[in-house]
Amino acid sequence: MTPAARRLVFLVGAAGLAVFYLFGLSGLPGFGRYPGPYGFIVNRVTVAQTNATGVVSAVNFEYRGFDTVGEEFILFAAAAGMAVVLRHLRGEHEGAPLEEAADRDLPPTSDAVRMVALLFTGPIVLIGWWLASHAQASPSGGFQGGVVIATGFVLLYLSGEFQVFRRLTPADVTAAVEAVGAGGFVGTGLAAVAMSLPYLTNFLPLGTVPGAVSSSGTIALVSFFVGLEVTAAFILVIGELLRQTLLLRGGKS
Amino acid sequence: MQIFPFIVVVWIVGIGLYGIVTSRHLVHQIMCLIVVQSSTYVLLLAVGYLTGGAAPYFSDIPTRTRAVDPVVQALALTDVVVEAAVTALLLSFAIQAHKRFGTLDPQELASLRG
Repeated sequence: MTPAARRLVFLVGAAGLAVFYLFGLSGLPGFGRYPGPYGFIVNRVTVAQTNATGVVSAVNFEYRGFDTVGEEFILFAAAAGMAVVLRHLRGEHEGAPLEEAADRDLPPTSDAVRMVALLFTGPIVLIGWWLASHAQASPSGGFQGGVVIATGFVLLYLSGEFQVFRRLTPADVTAAVEAVGAGGFVGTGLAAVAMSLPYLTNFLPLGTVPGAVSSSGTIALVSFFVGLEVTAAFILVIGELLRQTLLLRGGKS
Repeated sequence: MQIFPFIVVVWIVGIGLYGIVTSRHLVHQIMCLIVVQSSTYVLLLAVGYLTGGAAPYFSDIPTRTRAVDPVVQALALTDVVVEAAVTALLLSFAIQAHKRFGTLDPQELASLRG
């Protein structure tokens, strides 16, 4: 099919989509008129039931906890899948990164980039840690915190070389951390089952102050494990993509 | 203006799909897919919005305050994570496709397959 024909077919389909979409909209409540009831109920009961003041985290790690297990394993499977897809093909081996133009060397990392990156690495890991450990009181949690911590490691890569990034995040250690994160989440659920409670029941003491770091029982614990899993998964994914820059085809080197 | 956010949703889907259909580069195509998916954030948040509603965080407001729906916000979070996972996988497929066929043009890739 030529590009022009493809565009025509798309436009016909898009016109149909627009018609049916507008037709469907006519029966929906308008913007800003959320009819409920689930949001209202969850908002009313969460603080009393879990001592978590961040209702979104409570929904994710408590009321929809089982769904979040699945979500976490999507990330887990994606990281594993990337390692499989990007495995060494026949005739590939690693070597020093080469500049494509033969007459110049690799430019060294600029001191400005290096300094800013090193300056920010510590604070960023700290912010990520803070996010991952305050799921119960603020719009944060393991997913957000994990991504931010992984960003700190990417800054290390920016500040130096890939080999530094790699030495600091050895694949087997990262994979083990990821497994601990994923296993910890599932294990927290199974611990409830071992106490003959339903899976992922909040069996820990809820604390006395709503929204405190020590409050909300398994919500904080699960958020911590998710933080580990997400940090490790993102470092694995990023490392896997960066490693591609080192791979050389048999003939070229 | 009650349906304006929903029009934005379908507009984002539309331009994203247009990009996928007319794309000449796999990485560009993956980015267009991200655009399509980002429409779901607008949709989810628009569905749960309540005029004048507070954010569903009761750290410093009374628990009886009318707040927007937290369930759709939790779903949006799920959405972001899944998008990151899907993007990572697709990019790795693109890398392998380039290694194998030496091109990232979907048109040429299709004709190479024969």
